Amino acid sequence: MGCVTGCHIAQLNVGVLQAPLDSPQLADFVANLGHVNAIADAAPGFVWRLCDADSDNATSIRPRGPDLLVNMSVWQSLESLRAFVYRNGPHLDMLRRRREFFRSLGAAHQVLWWIPSGHIPDLDEAFSRLDLLRRDGPGPAAFTFREPFPPPATAAATSTTAPQL
Amino acid sequence: MTEISVIAALDDPVRLRLYDYVCGQDHEVSRDEAAAAAGIQRAMAAFHLDKLAAAGLLSVTFRRPAGRSGPGAGRPAKLYCRSSGEHQVSVPPRDYQAAAEILAEVAEVAGAEPAVQRVARRRGSQAGRAARAANLGASAADLVATTLAAQGYQPRLDGSVIRLRNCPFHALADQHPPLICGMNLAFVQGLLEAVTASGMAARFDPQPGDCCVVIEPF
Repeated sequence: MGCVTGCHIAQLNVGVLQAPLDSPQLADFVANLGHVNAIADAAPGFVWRLCDADSDNATSIRPRGPDLLVNMSVWQSLESLRAFVYRNGPHLDMLRRRREFFRSLGAAHQVLWWIPSGHIPDLDEAFSRLDLLRRDGPGPAAFTFREPFPPPATAAATSTTAPQL
Repeated sequence: MTEISVIAALDDPVRLRLYDYVCGQDHEVSRDEAAAAAGIQRAMAAFHLDKLAAAGLLSVTFRRPAGRSGPGAGRPAKLYCRSSGEHQVSVPPRDYQAAAEILAEVAEVAGAEPAVQRVARRRGSQAGRAARAANLGASAADLVATTLAAQGYQPRLDGSVIRLRNCPFHALADQHPPLICGMNLAFVQGLLEAVTASGMAARFDPQPGDCCVVIEPF
């Protein structure tokens, strides 16, 4: 059983807040969050995104420190994910303004990886992929929009944890 | 074909006019339409369009007019549109793209997007002031369209919205969208401010193949 016809793509992106989420500096980010998330939910190829237990977003999920926001989602294809991230007006506008809201990290802030369709990743899996990307650079198990890799073709390669090296 | 041969295929004023016309449209163009736009005979348009297609500068499709099919519907029309891909010749060899890639990555790592946008906005303003000084248009909208056309954006009117058929930074924007698209928007906003285009605003509205920025009344 391979992944070639049954793969989805998962993504994690993280950001260190420039100021608290309820500060004036973050006001526009917060004000646009619901609208942009709704666009994602309705976008072609969207499958799932991380939300906390009692809201429509993931901003209260802080797995690595009080200032680090996380966002994770699953899409049917790299093309559909790319179209939402970089070719959707409202989302692109938030990316344009990202330095108002988030510090430059000096390390990769976004990772993509292939998963079997129907799988929903957890944050442990996501961070293991981000750590792999930061350690080794882009590769088949953890990559970027700029250096993408194709879905794996063998059953062994669709393991949902990062390869142990 | 070598890059030089491809570029040389444009070395004819009529052919260049046809090429610019086809590239500036938002639909595939027939020989008749191209001939009318360039003010030439259909056969000459066909000759030049096929030269451009042979050079890979235009793509060809065959399509029946809407509503016609089956026997007796007539031959499908031959339609032309801008092909994907870029062609560059520089003599002596120059590679500004390579330098731009390095600088773009540095700007991202350094978190310099706000500074990039400030500089771009200032340069947009300079371009606008220069256009006003040179009287390049009767109205603010004309000044904007002329300036953007000179920079390669291929502006075209879509109702009351100015859409830009070409992104001059396409390959770079593809690799660094937030940085380059943000830079681009700031440039256009600076331009609008300098020609005092009150009532017009630039924002993101990416359509397939177009630059991400549109200019519209607000």
